Amino acid sequence: MTATLTPEVSLRISGLWKSFGDFVALKDISLEVMDGEFVCFLGPSGCGKTTLLRAIAGLDLQTQGTVIQNGRDVSALPPSERDFGIVFQSYALFPNLTVYRNIAYGLENQGRARSEIRARVTELLETVGLPDQSDKYPAQLSGGQQQRVALARAIATSPGLLLLDEPLSALDAKVRVRLRHEIKDLQRRLGVTTIMVTHDQEEALSMADRIVVMNHGVIEQIGSPTAVYRDPASLFVASFIGEMNQFDARVVDSATVRVGQSEFSCRTHHHESGAAVVAAIRPDEIVPLGAGYRPSPDEVNCEKVTLADMAFLGSFWRCLLHSEDFGSDALMADFPTNAVRRLSLEAGQDIHVSLQESGLMAFARDV
Amino acid sequence: MLRKVPLAISVAAAALIGTAANAQTELTVYTAFEAEDLKRYADTFNEDHPDITINWVRDSTGIVTAKLLAEKNNPQADVVWGLAATSLLLLKSEGMLEPYAPVGVEALDPKFVDNDDPPAWVGQDAWVASICFNTVEGEKYGLTAPGSWKDLLDPMYAGHVIMPNPNSSGTGFLDVSSWLQMFGEEEGWAFMDGLHENIARYTHSGSKPCKLAAAGKIPIGVSFAFRGAKSKAAGAPLEIIVPSEGVGWDMEAGGIIAGTANLEAAQTLLDWAVTRKAMEMYNVGYAVIAMPGVAKPVEHFPEGLLDAMIDNDFEWAANNRAAILAEWQSRYDGKSEPKS
Amino acid sequence: MSESVATLPKGGRVRPKLGRDDVMMRLWMVVIALYLVVTLAFPLYAMLSKSVSTFRFDLTWFEFQVSNEEGRFDAAPILASALNANLGLYVEADLVTGSDGRLAATEFFPEFSFRSPVMYRIRGTVDDATFLVGSTRHQGQEWVELDSNTFRRVQLRPATSTGLDNFRTYFATPALSNSITNSLVIATLSTIVTIVLAFAYAYALNRSCARFKGFFRLVAMAPILVPSLLPGIALVYLFGNQGMLKSLLMGESIYGPIGIVIGAVFFTFPHAFLILSTALAISDARLYEAAAALRASPWKTFWTVTIPGARYGLISAAFVVFNLVITDFGLPKVIGGQYNVLAVDIYKQVIGQQNFEMGAVVSVVLVIPALLAFAVDRFVQRRQVAQLTARSVPFQPKPDRARDRAWFTCCTVIAVFILGILGVCQFAALVKFWPYDLSLSLNNYRFDLMDGGGWASYYNSIKMGLITAAVGTVIIFFGAFLVEKSNGFTTGRNIFQMFAMLPMAIPGMVLGLAYIFFFNDPANPLHVLYGTMAILVICTITHFYTVSHLTAVTALKQMDREFEAVSASLKQPAMKLFSRVTVPVCLPAILDISIYLFVNAMTTVSAVVFLYSPKTSLASVAVLNMDDAGDIAPAAAMGMMIFYTNAAARIIHLALSRGVMKRTQAWRFR
Repeated sequence: MTATLTPEVSLRISGLWKSFGDFVALKDISLEVMDGEFVCFLGPSGCGKTTLLRAIAGLDLQTQGTVIQNGRDVSALPPSERDFGIVFQSYALFPNLTVYRNIAYGLENQGRARSEIRARVTELLETVGLPDQSDKYPAQLSGGQQQRVALARAIATSPGLLLLDEPLSALDAKVRVRLRHEIKDLQRRLGVTTIMVTHDQEEALSMADRIVVMNHGVIEQIGSPTAVYRDPASLFVASFIGEMNQFDARVVDSATVRVGQSEFSCRTHHHESGAAVVAAIRPDEIVPLGAGYRPSPDEVNCEKVTLADMAFLGSFWRCLLHSEDFGSDALMADFPTNAVRRLSLEAGQDIHVSLQESGLMAFARDV
Repeated sequence: MLRKVPLAISVAAAALIGTAANAQTELTVYTAFEAEDLKRYADTFNEDHPDITINWVRDSTGIVTAKLLAEKNNPQADVVWGLAATSLLLLKSEGMLEPYAPVGVEALDPKFVDNDDPPAWVGQDAWVASICFNTVEGEKYGLTAPGSWKDLLDPMYAGHVIMPNPNSSGTGFLDVSSWLQMFGEEEGWAFMDGLHENIARYTHSGSKPCKLAAAGKIPIGVSFAFRGAKSKAAGAPLEIIVPSEGVGWDMEAGGIIAGTANLEAAQTLLDWAVTRKAMEMYNVGYAVIAMPGVAKPVEHFPEGLLDAMIDNDFEWAANNRAAILAEWQSRYDGKSEPKS
Repeated sequence: MSESVATLPKGGRVRPKLGRDDVMMRLWMVVIALYLVVTLAFPLYAMLSKSVSTFRFDLTWFEFQVSNEEGRFDAAPILASALNANLGLYVEADLVTGSDGRLAATEFFPEFSFRSPVMYRIRGTVDDATFLVGSTRHQGQEWVELDSNTFRRVQLRPATSTGLDNFRTYFATPALSNSITNSLVIATLSTIVTIVLAFAYAYALNRSCARFKGFFRLVAMAPILVPSLLPGIALVYLFGNQGMLKSLLMGESIYGPIGIVIGAVFFTFPHAFLILSTALAISDARLYEAAAALRASPWKTFWTVTIPGARYGLISAAFVVFNLVITDFGLPKVIGGQYNVLAVDIYKQVIGQQNFEMGAVVSVVLVIPALLAFAVDRFVQRRQVAQLTARSVPFQPKPDRARDRAWFTCCTVIAVFILGILGVCQFAALVKFWPYDLSLSLNNYRFDLMDGGGWASYYNSIKMGLITAAVGTVIIFFGAFLVEKSNGFTTGRNIFQMFAMLPMAIPGMVLGLAYIFFFNDPANPLHVLYGTMAILVICTITHFYTVSHLTAVTALKQMDREFEAVSASLKQPAMKLFSRVTVPVCLPAILDISIYLFVNAMTTVSAVVFLYSPKTSLASVAVLNMDDAGDIAPAAAMGMMIFYTNAAARIIHLALSRGVMKRTQAWRFR
């Protein structure tokens, strides 16, 4: 965190458990969300991220644990007594109310004057870019427009916390990318603390200040997008976010692993010597050295491979590599297009590649 | 817990129950008088007592009796007027009647008044069994008119006779009880066994067989004289036959239901029900009435009907009613196939 | 990552604090659940206990003393039970009787003669012991002294106790237990015929290009608008003794199983047609394309694709029809003749013989097949839903002149049958004196001269229908809303659901009888309802609760699950959401429920036949009573009045739905 001011904690979750009968959906979740922060809960379906969100909202109460929002213990309170706005995957727009009525819904019964409500709704419509749609019914709007109305409705009452439950997954790809930016932009402008649940890593990486990676009801890692990408805390995080080659290895020392007959320098780790681990490297951390390359005898992490297959994907080529050390595991590597051109790489060649030391990681093996 | 009725219901209920209370006294009167007589009776009564409104509950004798017995612990009726004496005896034996001697009851034939003093019930008129024979339909099927009950056993009548089910119909019951009294138990049941072979079906109400005969839906209906006379007057090709062995009868009687909230009005009604004016009113349809010397002949009534009336033992009929009906049911009601 | 064996730490669980809305919704749910308990569970319990309340002569309750010829009572008193033992008169089983049982005291004195100067004394040994002298009632332990001639008139009355004697008597009396077979036979026969006809009809309308489909659809629904006894009346006119088509029966009587089955086909047809039409409409066209590609014959396609595809619909329709027929009372009452069925037996036992205990026994017997049919239907319906969601491409029939004409003919025959029944009733109602005077007149509409309550009963019916529709819709929809949309409280909601499903399995006759037992008990503070319009409304709402509840639940389930969450997050009361969103969105379903309740309130006979009072006589019951009294033409006239009223109500409903759609459902149309 590089904030100059000391950020306030907006939401503090501690020791939170949730069970459905014998099934434990959330295990001992503890988490802090700072004021104004955009946090994503990321994980595969069934990992508990939505359950956690609903517990924060008070929609499905946790079995144990506390939720403290702005210093107030809301653990057992019903949703109506908490302070949040929410947008669901389905948007849950009231179908029989116009866009205007939908947005004004939460503003009524609060002692506001009608003119005040009108002004606020108009302002919100401007904010989400739908200034002239106020008299339409939700069914008359496109998916993206409905999404924005839902957003406007959720922030209408200026809640202290904005909850987004897979808000973009019902949209097609292009709209989704555009709305990512819009939502992120809006959030930054309003400075509202936001939690978004998603299973889409790209969404999380591009929008979040911090990502909470979850699996099987536990938090695997909390960190900035770059941190979870660059320094995954576990094999799960490593493989869930981005592409990752995995292969069996044995620890030589704290910065070296053995794969097959060769030893590779890797990032420092804490596994004991001789331990069986899983080594992992991202495809873009494998650098091509060309067919005619002759490695010096003391050169580390240089591996001779056969370029089994190449697929052109625009800015890079995705290549399948076979080598003696890696045995039956094919390595996947992404070579930049200009490097392929420069080195005249073709399928079937025997070439050398370098496994970048900073990109090669060792993880404990799953039991 | 029972009090927690949903608000909406209790409001609705209150709205439905709460009928405006005015100076009028409303009497709920259970009756088996013929439906078409009810308005005339009430109007005649109101000529003398405009302050009492009669709410009729009219149904077949059996049904009214059942209703009264069902409501034994929570009576809904104030007065019973025009129900078979056998039924009133049943009510009396359940302690449901408030004994009362109407003013002028001495003028009635003692046969028409309960033996107790004060009497639990008083009679108004008698209705008498008889056979309705549709001459047009009879001719069509080549049937001769029966002259006696036993004539009905003739195989030529097979499928052409309808009688009321004694379980539901007062007329049906008086037929059965009169046969048992006239022929004796054994012969009586034997007669019914034979008759059953000719019966097309048993109806629920006592007037229906005669109405069916009048409408030509069956040539012969075992019913009662009053109904036959009515249909004949309406133009139906009917002959009303008084069987030679004698005919069963029952009287229409009245009494006050114990525990009524409108005792005074109920007594007024009962007083009125034994007046000469009331007797003349009954006489329009019924040839036999409780006050001697009042009756005028009724149009279309068969000859010799009064002489044919048997000496009916109401107490015997009431006390054996359950047993007779059970026997009847086991003999004739269990037949699964309709007679064709 | 490997902490999959995590267990919850011991310690305080989070106890949810209930919001005001939660508390309120739970309270309301409890209120409506209590309503169902009071209007359903308690009456049924009262009925069940009635069925096991027995009457038997307890001979130890009565004591006699006999004098000598001079009238002196020298001999010791002796119990009736001792006399019975000495004489060997009755065994235990002989002493079982009904509520109106009587036992002559003279039975215990073989030497009795009414001329004898011997005097008799009788008394009860307990306070409850009751006996009659003539028809005068005596109760208690006082000695009553009587001369021989009066003693002849002494009748002992039975004592009440609890046991299964009534059921034993029931099954030992063929006159009663034969009805089980009869009921099953006619229900099975009617089911087979109805399903075949309704399937053909639905098939023609869904799978062919026969003409006038809209008209045929309309005709198929017509029988829903009339009481079930109306076809019975029409059949009397068609096939009775003066019937136009009597010769068709070749000597068989219409009064009996034939009449019941024909009438049952008429009144169950729309129910079967609706279910089968839905089942056929959802079949997958791709299967037919596959069958055509495999060159399967139409016959083979029918048996391998059509029938299996509609099998759940077929089973469901079969059980619905079976249930309707076996629980129906009006039709066999009118046309059953001497062919006894269970539903009519209940009526006969109660109304004819005042044997309430036996009525309760028959009710219990009738509930069993109805409950079974209901359970199977529920099970099958659940399967059908699963099938529905998996299906996709709807089948579009292609024209085929010969086939279409054949189906058109088939539909026409059935439509003529339905319209014929209605037409005959209308004609009979307008004829002066069938068959002797066929000139037209309105005499049969002078209901005030007949049994059944006259025109007042017609207006009562409309009033009852309107109140039932209004109050019932509110209660049922609100109840469904609470059970569907409240949070937590799972057990409570499940119990509520169960109660909401139960009425469907309870035949109307049984419900009505149960209401007598429960509401006509002076110890019950609710007995003030007895004999009022309110009890008719309550009974009708309860009787038709399930279908309405299911309609409401289906509509509510189609709403987004998250509306409540959004509304709560916006800090708006649940009732605002209910009135602003839930009700407007569900308005079509709400209107459907109210028309369903109205039409059924107009036509129902079975439950209310035990409950109406002089001020609340009903048109449908008037049809029954007028028919009973032999006034068949007026009965037909009143039946047709019900038909026209319901048809008008349907039309108003349609117009209203359209109007409402336009005004409040604008959002449905883009």
